[in-house]
Amino acid sequence: MTPRLVEVRQNVLKHNDEVARALRQRFHASGVFVVSLVSSPGSGKTTFLERTLTSLRPGYRVAALVGDLATENDARRLARSQAPVKQIVTGTLCHLEASMIEKALDGWNPGELDFLFIENVGNLVCPSSYDLGEDLRLVLVSVTEGEDKPLKYPTIFNTSDLAIVSKMDLAPAVEFNWPALEKNIQAVRPEMRVIRVSAKTGQGMDEWLESLTALRSSAGAVPGP
Amino acid sequence: MHELSIAMNIVEIAESEAGRRNARIEAVHLRLGPLSGVVKDALLSAWELACENTVLAGSRLVVEDVPLVVYCPRCKAQRTLDSISFLCPECQSPTPDVVHGRELEVFALEVGDAA
Repeated sequence: MTPRLVEVRQNVLKHNDEVARALRQRFHASGVFVVSLVSSPGSGKTTFLERTLTSLRPGYRVAALVGDLATENDARRLARSQAPVKQIVTGTLCHLEASMIEKALDGWNPGELDFLFIENVGNLVCPSSYDLGEDLRLVLVSVTEGEDKPLKYPTIFNTSDLAIVSKMDLAPAVEFNWPALEKNIQAVRPEMRVIRVSAKTGQGMDEWLESLTALRSSAGAVPGP
Repeated sequence: MHELSIAMNIVEIAESEAGRRNARIEAVHLRLGPLSGVVKDALLSAWELACENTVLAGSRLVVEDVPLVVYCPRCKAQRTLDSISFLCPECQSPTPDVVHGRELEVFALEVGDAA
């Protein structure tokens, strides 16, 4: 018998999307604003996040989940901020999936948090496909990486909501070309907001933190004290 | 490289359809957009391995590339882009609204007689 073609129409990542949708509903009901961070390895996610947690902590209840293939080094670094931190060791997996977030939240009450940060595995390719139930996806690109990064990895930039240019303190040393990077980001993700920061000197951190708290308020969460 | 785990997700979908229809799957047709985050060649390479020891063993994966289609707010029309650079090819306006291109979807199965 000749094979027949039958229509199916099923999203391959349906299971992940369903778990992510349930997480998002749970986060909204709890009033916690969830931010995920994606970037290539070594772009400064952990330093940026440590500074963010430390700056927010006097006024807000914050926590972080951090994904890596191996080691708990990043969780140890982030724990210096005094915020609750949990490491997700992915083993061989190059990205986080919604079910890993669900599992990592075991024993945590999102209702006791104002902000939850999820640091993805350092990888500009695979994390783009997986919704984690976050409100905001941040993509970090450091000034040392080359201004054409967005053109090489358009999908991760296109699926992100806000871009952070990190390590601005090194900009002069590497002759960083800001107009070129800005143009390339806009080419793959028109109208995306871009904030330039240095987690080392603190440059741009106020602008980032103000945007973050404003986004949380406009998402309908209760403003912090 | 997450194409192997994507391939395994596709196998799971096809397996459950095969069971439901009591049929043998000869091929799986997939629609893949340039913004799916999945590389076609890597997915095709992973297919045989993902099918091993399943009812899909020996099946083919047929990938249909979905073009990147955006909405141009100035032309008030849909436009197909040749590359991932969000400018209207007619008027050069930025085009943030993606109409097609994120697809990662099993859309059809070639089924034969029951296994």
